[in-house]
Amino acid sequence: MLNKFPLWKNLLVVFVVILAAIYSAPNLYPDDPAVQISHEDQDISEFDIGMITDALRAEGIEYFGDTVDGRTGLVRFNNLEDQLRGKAVIEQTLGGGYFTALNLAPTTPGWLQAINAGKMSLGLDLQGGVHFLMEVDMDAALERRMENNVSTIRQLLRSERIRSRSLSLDNPNLIVARFQDEESRSQARSLVRENFADLQTINREQGDTYILEMSLSDADILQLQRDTIAANKTTILNRVDSLGVSEPVVQQQGSNRIVVELPGVQDTAQAKRILQRIATLQFHLEAAPGAPSTSYTTYEYQGQLVDVSNDVILQGDRVSNVRSALDQQGLPQVVINLDAQGGEQFSRVTRDNIGTLMDIVLSETKTRSEFIPGENGEMIEQQETYEEKRLISHAVIRAALGREFVITGLSTTEANELSLLIRSGALAAPMYFVEERTLGPSLGAENIRQGTQAVYLGFGLVLIFMVFYYRLFGLAANLALAVNVLLLIAIMSIISATLTLPGIFGIVLIVGMAVDANVLIFTRIREELAAGLSPQGAIAQGFNHAFSTIVDANVTTLLVGVVLFSIGTGPVKGFAVTLMIGIATSMFTSIIVTRAIVNLMYGGRKVTELSIGKYA
Amino acid sequence: MSIFGRQFDFMSLAKPFGIASIVFIVISVGSLVINSLEFGLDFTAGTLVEVGYSEPVAVSEVSEQLRNAGYADAQVVAFGSDQDVLIRLPVDDTVSQEEMANNLVTLGDDILASLSQGTNAELSINRLEFVGPRVGEELAESGGMGLLVALGIVMIYVAIRFQSKFALAAVAALFHDVILTLGIFSLFGLQFDLTVLAALLAIIGYSINDTIVVFDRIRENFRVMRKGTPYELINLSLNQTLSRTIITAMTTQLVVCAMLVMGGESIKGFAIALTLGIVIGTYSSVYIASSLLLYLKVTKEDLMVPVKENVEESMP
Repeated sequence: MLNKFPLWKNLLVVFVVILAAIYSAPNLYPDDPAVQISHEDQDISEFDIGMITDALRAEGIEYFGDTVDGRTGLVRFNNLEDQLRGKAVIEQTLGGGYFTALNLAPTTPGWLQAINAGKMSLGLDLQGGVHFLMEVDMDAALERRMENNVSTIRQLLRSERIRSRSLSLDNPNLIVARFQDEESRSQARSLVRENFADLQTINREQGDTYILEMSLSDADILQLQRDTIAANKTTILNRVDSLGVSEPVVQQQGSNRIVVELPGVQDTAQAKRILQRIATLQFHLEAAPGAPSTSYTTYEYQGQLVDVSNDVILQGDRVSNVRSALDQQGLPQVVINLDAQGGEQFSRVTRDNIGTLMDIVLSETKTRSEFIPGENGEMIEQQETYEEKRLISHAVIRAALGREFVITGLSTTEANELSLLIRSGALAAPMYFVEERTLGPSLGAENIRQGTQAVYLGFGLVLIFMVFYYRLFGLAANLALAVNVLLLIAIMSIISATLTLPGIFGIVLIVGMAVDANVLIFTRIREELAAGLSPQGAIAQGFNHAFSTIVDANVTTLLVGVVLFSIGTGPVKGFAVTLMIGIATSMFTSIIVTRAIVNLMYGGRKVTELSIGKYA
Repeated sequence: MSIFGRQFDFMSLAKPFGIASIVFIVISVGSLVINSLEFGLDFTAGTLVEVGYSEPVAVSEVSEQLRNAGYADAQVVAFGSDQDVLIRLPVDDTVSQEEMANNLVTLGDDILASLSQGTNAELSINRLEFVGPRVGEELAESGGMGLLVALGIVMIYVAIRFQSKFALAAVAALFHDVILTLGIFSLFGLQFDLTVLAALLAIIGYSINDTIVVFDRIRENFRVMRKGTPYELINLSLNQTLSRTIITAMTTQLVVCAMLVMGGESIKGFAIALTLGIVIGTYSSVYIASSLLLYLKVTKEDLMVPVKENVEESMP
């Protein structure tokens, strides 16, 4: 019983410790607050940077590390306050065409970056910023889809000359058509079945009325929800981009919610206004001359008045892709792709309307602020929301249009703008804020300070106690504990987990609980010594006997961690992640690392006494 | 052996402590039914604004200002220091979700504007949290569900690794811990928020850890010892694990104390819950889990030992 590890086991421990040290190292290099500069369609030059640095110097803002990297330029600042002031100065200096974005520039040495060693990202509670939970209005999405169907069915019935008494959307998922006779109904039913694979039909009678009910199946509704949330997520991502945030998080949560986290954002009202903007897109035909005035709306388009029929020929959610491109002659155009049903629907309508004008209307919910004089003569900002509808395209239908069609006769800028507008309008459903958390940056710094202090104090107390109580063995446990924290940080950095305040307390708790395995082993060794075993025998038996206990105890705790992770959101998830990783690493360190150290101290030689505290 | 150098007859007190536990559970449940819990924003829904002042401010003054500004339902409390106040606004049921979202855009600015009037102090919003009514409800639901699932999983694991009597005793101990901790939060009107829910799950983790260590020893002694009644063997196991139980409780409590002292206001509930959990969890692994084993008449056969000799069965 020599208590020696084979060489490979010792090497494994050394290897793991070195790896852990390397991969946790990036956390020692905090990011610099920086401003990134780019231009719409040209590279950033040394000249641009020169202008910026001159302006910053003139304003007395300290900066450093200004670089140009092909398309973008970067200026670093000492603190967040300078960064914000600097951004304002840069914006004023450069003017139109340029974009500035707040950024966190890494300071990690190149060789660490080269092996992909990153750092843990800080949660909102540690660096300040906003967290939003947005709920997508799925009922509205469903209703819009069904309205779209009603409109198509009406057209189908008309073109097939099937007479109906009424056709209406009775609730978001129920279209009801009433017919005078059974024949009309069965014709209508087969027509619907032919054209709408996703509509389920049911026959019903009421007196002398033959009713056809149409609805979407649960599976189709689920699919619609999935598509809707994907569309909304993309739109939010695009909008978040326009806010110029360094590390935004946009994630789906549950079936109908989207989490948006914007670290470092100060002006939350602005962020909300941009996120909340709801845009929808509808395709209409121009109203026929002499149509009743209730059936159309008049819009202004490039200085002329246009009467647009209220009938929707296509909803924006049928649009699957939009891009601006050049045609064979090099003229700008906007290419619009529709989904299968949209394409069919569109070709049917446009076939009969060649030569008519097609209009695209974009409605956006906007907020406007007004300045009104207050009681004391100062100006008070007041905000109200309103719906703004505008005609963004007014073009002649030249041929029957199918799943892909183009809008031509535009300038490059117009084409770009139109494709952007259509894309934003293809957003499928309105969203509401159901949760908001805003944390000031000073609170974040305070949380970091308190968190790290608690870690140091907790860690220190445990270290002192262990050495006091278990002497040399306590020292071995302490070394293992240090390796444990290092490993924990390394793994969290590798998976780029987000460190939150509860996450820090998870680390503190792990420190307290991780020594448990060592305590189990050491008390066992003391027991074996008291039972009269030799020191070497006691070490071996102590480790062996405690093993199954440690596994059982840790696996159950790990299971609880998994549950915590699956129900938790945000900060609680962070806590659960730390807890789970910590349990896994503590099993490794307290069993293998401690053993390696103890073996190094006592293994392979004759020992008469162990320094493990009182045991008799 | 134990750190006190002598053996305790733990199980002789099983009955009085068992009765005490039942009384505490009844009191806890009673308080939970009557007082309920002081739910935090995460569960109740509403808005919370933490405003920092550059100089000390009186809570009553802030309330008054808010009332005048039309926030009649606002609750104001001091937060940590006399320069920070916490303002709670309940959800207004009469307002639609859409309106609520719209109001929210300017709420922070509005509150700041109405509070800045009549004071020279500089104000800043440190924190603004809004939780919609449905989100809170779902959180309470998923939180409760999570606790049950955690208990269920622990029960299954213990049943597989040990035996069904052990599983029952372990889960009873966990129920006891959760109910007592909740009961104390309810009795003393401590705020129950998301971090406390996390702490509750951490307590389950800690307490089951403790119980498993004791159970492991009981299992070992039941298998290895040739003599001894279950009563004696459980007592022996508790004494053998006592020093470890106390030391682990101590090291964990040391770091929790560090949190209490250094962690600041926002983690207080979490640290208090953990402190309660460590005490209650340690107690329950002895006087709930182990006593219950005895009460459930655990036998050596329950642990399916390949016994070489025919050991006489003894019932307590």
